[in-house]
Amino acid sequence: MVLFTIFCPIVAAVLILVGAPARKTALAASVLTFAAALFLFVSLDHASGDFQHVRSFSISPEWRLNFATGVDSLSAIMVLLASIVTLAAVWFTGRIEKFENAFYACLLLISAGAIGAFASIDLFFFYAFHELALIPTFLLIGIWGNGNRVAAAWKITIYLAIGSFILLIGLILLYQSFPLPSRSFDIRVLRTAAAMGQIAPDAQRHVYLLLLIGFGILISLFPFHTWAPEAYAAAPAPAAMLHAGVLKKFGLYGLLRLAIPMLPEGARHWATLLVVLLLGNIIYVGLVTIAQKRLDWMLGYSSVMHMGYIFLGIASFGVLGVTGAVVLMFAHGLSIALLFGIAGELRRRTGTLAFDELGGLARVMPFAGLAFGIGAFAAIGLPGFANFAGEIMIFFGAFRNGWEIGQFHIFQIATVLALWGVVLSTVYMLRAYRITFMGSIREQWQKLPDLSPMLRVPVTLLVAALLCFGFCPQFFVRSVAPAFGTFLSANSDTQTSSQVAMRRLQTAKPGREHAPQKRGYSMR
Amino acid sequence: MITAPLLEIAVLVLGMVILMIEAFAAKIDKRLLAFAGIIGLAIILFATFFVVPSPSPSNATGFWSFYTADRLAIFFKQFALLTTMVVLVMVIDYAPVVSKWLPGAAPQTGLGEFVALPLFACAGLMYLVSAIDFIFIFVALELVSISFYVLVSFTRRNPTTLEAGTKYLILSALSAAFLVYGIAWIFGATGQTNLYRLAAALANAGGDSAAALLGIVFVLVALGFKIAAVPFQIWVPDVYQGAPTPVTAYLSVASKAAGFVVLIRVLQPFMNLPQTERLIFVIALLTLIYGNLAALPQTNLKRLLAYSSIAHAGYLLIGVVCFDVRAIIFYLVAYLVMTLLSFAVLIIVAQKTGEEISDFDGLAKRSPFLAFAMLIGMVSLAGLPFTAGFLGKFYIFYAAVLQREIALVVVGVITVGCGFYYYLKVVRAMYWQSDSRTDAIPVNSLSRVTISALIVATIWLGVYPQPILDALKH
Repeated sequence: MVLFTIFCPIVAAVLILVGAPARKTALAASVLTFAAALFLFVSLDHASGDFQHVRSFSISPEWRLNFATGVDSLSAIMVLLASIVTLAAVWFTGRIEKFENAFYACLLLISAGAIGAFASIDLFFFYAFHELALIPTFLLIGIWGNGNRVAAAWKITIYLAIGSFILLIGLILLYQSFPLPSRSFDIRVLRTAAAMGQIAPDAQRHVYLLLLIGFGILISLFPFHTWAPEAYAAAPAPAAMLHAGVLKKFGLYGLLRLAIPMLPEGARHWATLLVVLLLGNIIYVGLVTIAQKRLDWMLGYSSVMHMGYIFLGIASFGVLGVTGAVVLMFAHGLSIALLFGIAGELRRRTGTLAFDELGGLARVMPFAGLAFGIGAFAAIGLPGFANFAGEIMIFFGAFRNGWEIGQFHIFQIATVLALWGVVLSTVYMLRAYRITFMGSIREQWQKLPDLSPMLRVPVTLLVAALLCFGFCPQFFVRSVAPAFGTFLSANSDTQTSSQVAMRRLQTAKPGREHAPQKRGYSMR
Repeated sequence: MITAPLLEIAVLVLGMVILMIEAFAAKIDKRLLAFAGIIGLAIILFATFFVVPSPSPSNATGFWSFYTADRLAIFFKQFALLTTMVVLVMVIDYAPVVSKWLPGAAPQTGLGEFVALPLFACAGLMYLVSAIDFIFIFVALELVSISFYVLVSFTRRNPTTLEAGTKYLILSALSAAFLVYGIAWIFGATGQTNLYRLAAALANAGGDSAAALLGIVFVLVALGFKIAAVPFQIWVPDVYQGAPTPVTAYLSVASKAAGFVVLIRVLQPFMNLPQTERLIFVIALLTLIYGNLAALPQTNLKRLLAYSSIAHAGYLLIGVVCFDVRAIIFYLVAYLVMTLLSFAVLIIVAQKTGEEISDFDGLAKRSPFLAFAMLIGMVSLAGLPFTAGFLGKFYIFYAAVLQREIALVVVGVITVGCGFYYYLKVVRAMYWQSDSRTDAIPVNSLSRVTISALIVATIWLGVYPQPILDALKH
C-alpha cells in the first residue's frame, strides 16, 4: 500500500510522458493515491507508534542500505496531506498551452518525491526522494511560470541544491556519529541506538546544527527564506500549492523524524539560536508580509512566516508543542494550498495580482471570495479550523514546556512575541481580503466568471479537511502524541508542565478518551 | 585461460589490422572499420573476465615486477575497453566532420587511422593501469600521449584543432619531462623504480626523505597535467574545445581515469608522509574552486564540459586526500557513464546546429529523446539522487566527513551549488527556450542503442551500485 502511494504518481507521470491523456491520467492517479493514503491513515494502528506496512528491499548489504518504506502516525499524516494537496493541485490545473503532458508529469513527480520522502524508513531514500522534486520544480517555474520566472527558478534551485547538500553532509555525519555496530541507514535502528545514548553530546551538537541549516534552507527559516516568496509568486499555481503545501514540510518532517528522537542534546544546545531565528520568521517576515503590494508575494511571505510557529513547536521539545507542530503542518499545508489555488484562478481571470488593480471581486466571484475568506481565516488561526488547534497547542506547549536559560525563560518571551505574530497575520490577511474582494469593483472585472462547479470540488475538499481536523484535533493528537512521548520523555524523570497543559486542553474538550500519560522534556 | 598481457597484445593487433585494411582496401566504407573495432574490443572485453590473476606484486620478479594484473588493473582495463568502444561509436557519428576537414582523393581518406589510433591509446591505457614500475609507467604514458598528439590535431585543416594540437603537444611534452626528472630524483634517493620496493626503501630511510619528496612533487606535476588539476589545467579548455569531439570525450574520460589510477599507485608509498597529503589537499581545494567558478560563465558546451572535467578532478582529489580508493573508482565509473552520455548527445546535436549552449534551444521539442538523454547526463553531473553522479559524490563526501576534512567539505558543498547552475543552464536551453528550427535531429540506431544503454547505466548505478562495489572489493 505504501509502495502504491509512492509509485502510482511516478507510473502515471511516465505514462503521461509517453503519451497518455494528461489530465485524465493525472486525476485518476491522484484520486487513487488519495484513496490509498486515506486507507493507510485509517487502517493504521495509531497506538503502537511504530512503523507499519513495512516493505524492505536490500540495495547494498555492505552499507546496510535498504529501500525500506513504511508509515507510522506521523508519516501517515504527511502522506495524507501530500495526497490531498496533490489531488487539489492537479484538479486546479486548467488548460496548459505548451507541453501539457510535461506539466502534469512534473506535478506528479513532485508529489511522488514528497510522498516517497515521507514514507521512507531509510535515511538515504528519505533524502533522495526529496531531491526528485528539484528538477520538476525548476522546469515548472521556468517553463510555465509568470513574472520574473527566470531569476526565481534559478534562486529556488540553487538554494535548495545547496541546502540539501548541507543536509547530506549532516546526514552523513549523523550516520558516522553512531558506533560502528549500530551504523545503519535504517531510521528505526538509529532511533533505538540513539535512545541508548550512543551519540556523544558533542556530535549531537554538530549534527543538529548542520541539520538545522540544511533543513532550515528547505523550510525557508529566517534568514534563508528569500527564495520562497519569489519562487511561489513566479510558480504556476499548482506548483506553488504543492511546494508550499507539501514539499516545504519535508524539512519540518525531517526535524521531527531525526532531530527529536536522536539529538536531544543538540536541540537543547541550539535552542536559543533557533528561537531567535524563528522570531525573525514570525516578526520580521510578518512585517514584510504586511508591506507586500501583490497577492502572490503576500501569500508567499505568509507561508514563510507560518513556518516560524511550527519551528516554535519543534523547538519547545515537549509532547504538546511538537504535536501542535504536526497539526499545524497539516493545517498550513491545506490552507496555503487553498489560498494559492484561489489566487491562481484570480490570475487566470484578471491577469494580475497587484493589489491596486484588484477590488470588489466578491461581487462577481462570490464562491471564490468565500473560499479565499475561509482560507484566510484558517491561516490567521480562527477557532474551528485545524490551524487554531495547532497554534494553540504550540503556544501552550512552548510557554509551559520550555526551559530556563540563566534566570531567563526564553520560551515564554518567545511565545509572547509569537502571539503578536497572530495579530500581524490578521492584519495582512484581512487587508488582502478587503482589497481583493471588497470595495468598489473595476469596470473591466464586471464580467468575470466565478469558479466553475468542477473547480469547487477541490476547494470543498480542502475546506472540509480543514474543518474536519479543526473540530476534532484530538484525532491527530491521539495518534501522534504516543509516537513522540517515548522520545521526549527519555531524558527526564520529572513530570512537567507539558502534561498539565495537555490535560487542560483535554478537559477543555469534554467527552474524550483519556490519552496515555506522557512525560515532558525538562532541563530543570 | 588467458594471462593479462595477452589483452593488450590483442588490442594492438586489432589496431594494426585496422591500419592495414585502411592502407590496402581503399574501396570499402571506412565506417565498417569502426564496427570491426567495436566488435573486436567487445571480444577482448569478454576475455578480461577469464584472466588468471598475476603473482603477488610485492615480491614478483622479472616481467611481473613491472606489470601487475590485480583487481584494480583488470577493472580499469575493462573500463578503458568500454570507453574506447563508446568512443568508436561516436567516431561513426563524427565521420562526416572528419571527412570535411581532411583533404584526400577519396571522401573517407584517413578515417581508418581515426579508428586505429584510439585502439593504440587504449592499449597504452591498459598498460598504464597495470604498471607498477616508474619506467613502465613512463613508457605506457608516452604510448597514450603520442596517440593523443595525433588524435587531438586529427582534423588538421581546422585552425582551432591545430591550435589545440600544438598546445597539447607542447604542454604534454613538458609534463613528460617533469615526470622523467621526478623519477630520476626518486631513483637517486631510494635506488628503486618499483613502487612496492620503493615503499620499503622509504620506510627504511627513516626521517630523511627530502630528495624523494622533491621527486614526487615533480611526478605530481606530470600527473596533475594528465588529470587536469589546478595549476596544471591551463591547456584543458582550449584543447577540449578544439579537438574532435570523440577525442575530447576520450581525453576527458580515459586519460583522466588512467591518471588517477597511476596517482593512486604512485602515492601509495608516499601517502604516509604528511607533506604529500598537505600538497594534494591544496591542489584539491584549488581545483574545486577554479573548475567550478570558471565553468559558471561558459556559453560553449564543449568548453563547459572541459571546465566541468576540471571540477570533477577536484572531487576526485578529495577522494585522493582521504585515500579512499573505492570512492575514487566509483566516482570514475560514474564520471565515465555520464560524461560519455553528454558527449554522445553533443556530437549528434552539434553536427546539426552547433556547440554553443544556445544551439540546444528547444531541443526538447525537436528531439525529446536526445533532450532527455542530455537531461540525465547533466543532472547526473550536477549530482542529483537516483543518478550515478550523486552516489559518486556521496561516497566522496562520506570519506571526507569521516576524515574530518572540513575545509574540503565546505568548499565541496558550495561548488556543488555552482555546478547546479552551469549544468542546469543546458537543461534550461533544451526545455525553456524555443527555437525556430523544429525539424527532428536524426539518430542512427547504433547511437540510439548506445545512448539508451548509457542512460540506463547512469540510473542503474545511482539506484543499485552494489555490483560495482562488489567488483572493487579486495
